[in-house]
Amino acid sequence: MAFEQSPLPFAPDALESAGMKAETFEYHYGKHHKAYVDNLNKLVEGKAEFEGKSLEDVIVMTAGNADQTGIFNNAAQVWNHSFFWNSLKAGGGGVPTGDLLQKIETAFGSYDAFKTEFAAAAATQFGSGWAWLVEDAGTLKITKTANADNPLTKGQKPLLTLDVWEHAYYIDFRNARPGYIANYLDKLVNWDFVAANLAA
Amino acid sequence: MTHQPSNLISRRQWLSYVGAASGTIAITSLFPNATQAETLATPYATLPALPYAYDALAPFIDEKTMKIHHDLHHGAYVKNLNAALDKFPKYKEKPIEDLFPILNKIPEEIRRTVRNNGGGHYNHTLFWESMGPKAGGEPVGELATAIVKDFGSIDDFKKQFVEAGMQRFGSGWVWLAITRKGNLAISSTPNQDNPLMASDIPILGNDLWEHAYYLTYQNRRAEYLAQWWNVVNWNAVNDRYKKAIA
Ligand SMILES: [Fe+2]
Ligand SMILES: [Fe+2]
Repeated sequence: MAFEQSPLPFAPDALESAGMKAETFEYHYGKHHKAYVDNLNKLVEGKAEFEGKSLEDVIVMTAGNADQTGIFNNAAQVWNHSFFWNSLKAGGGGVPTGDLLQKIETAFGSYDAFKTEFAAAAATQFGSGWAWLVEDAGTLKITKTANADNPLTKGQKPLLTLDVWEHAYYIDFRNARPGYIANYLDKLVNWDFVAANLAA
Repeated sequence: MTHQPSNLISRRQWLSYVGAASGTIAITSLFPNATQAETLATPYATLPALPYAYDALAPFIDEKTMKIHHDLHHGAYVKNLNAALDKFPKYKEKPIEDLFPILNKIPEEIRRTVRNNGGGHYNHTLFWESMGPKAGGEPVGELATAIVKDFGSIDDFKKQFVEAGMQRFGSGWVWLAITRKGNLAISSTPNQDNPLMASDIPILGNDLWEHAYYLTYQNRRAEYLAQWWNVVNWNAVNDRYKKAIA
């Protein structure tokens, strides 16, 4: 059974008023994400050890294995991008509410402190990678990973992510990664998705 | 006096320098101008002017890409490198090439910044100098002979270079470099690392960061790598090769 590309949970032009053009999603979802899915299916085809495995299984099975870097990179990028689409929402961003806000204040001191720390992680991931909000042993943490790497390989529960590969922001923001990060935090973060991940 | 990466480093000098870094040979200055005492106020590096117009490489590399890439990306590497070395000015006495092999001796506080931004400064300088308008075609002179000797043919070299560029996952560079044995080899490095960090001398490098090609080629790195041959200035690359093996 081939792995399938999860649907984009919004129309490609749904985030235009929030700084991300339909063109970005035409490439990012339509080309980059799709290529990871196609490559993964080619790489696992006919390999019995991946038969019937979930995407998460494949990621954990191949992480850190030098012989299976190609499978890991593509599997993790398939997963990361699906998770990223769900981390975005028109009319999102800003300060969360209720229990989630309380958890963030407990972990980081304040929402502003969270925002500063998340922005710093995303800005300082040199080269390609991802910034994350995760739950690690019951505590909320901010992390960053290089290239395809993700929190699943570290036993952490991912709650929210931001793609900081240049392809994620070059059409809308060119080289200005900090502007892309601020736009995401202020206008796009899907806090409902974070709350659902925390509750799961 | 500011430090421009000099691509005129010769292999003999380089090897003597690498030896010097491990304490076996006295350091000979590769860059007489660059080893004079600096004042704290002097920036370590300056952004070199692009050696041709921003639109000179179009349609293979578009004008907007060149402008953002040179002014903003390369400009940021220079700025960050200078800020880091201002904290430890004694390293400002060394040219950037001499800092790569001793990164592990540089204070941890600035080590990653020097590696990433010093690499970014050096790599981009070499990149701009390796391209030009009305360029392309085939390798020339001594370099062409060496390529045929080490790769079988020009076509085989180009094919392997493109393959190495395609295999780099994420941001990085693909290189043609002179190894310590004196032969040519293709390699690839992540992010802003470069062959000097492994004691090889880069002769030619192509930037595989998405910022190098996204506005024209988007996700199509293979097309970018294929088209890039149209802007390689083989005379300049051959000159660099000759100086390195001299
Ligand atoms: Fe992406
Ligand atoms: Fe670049």
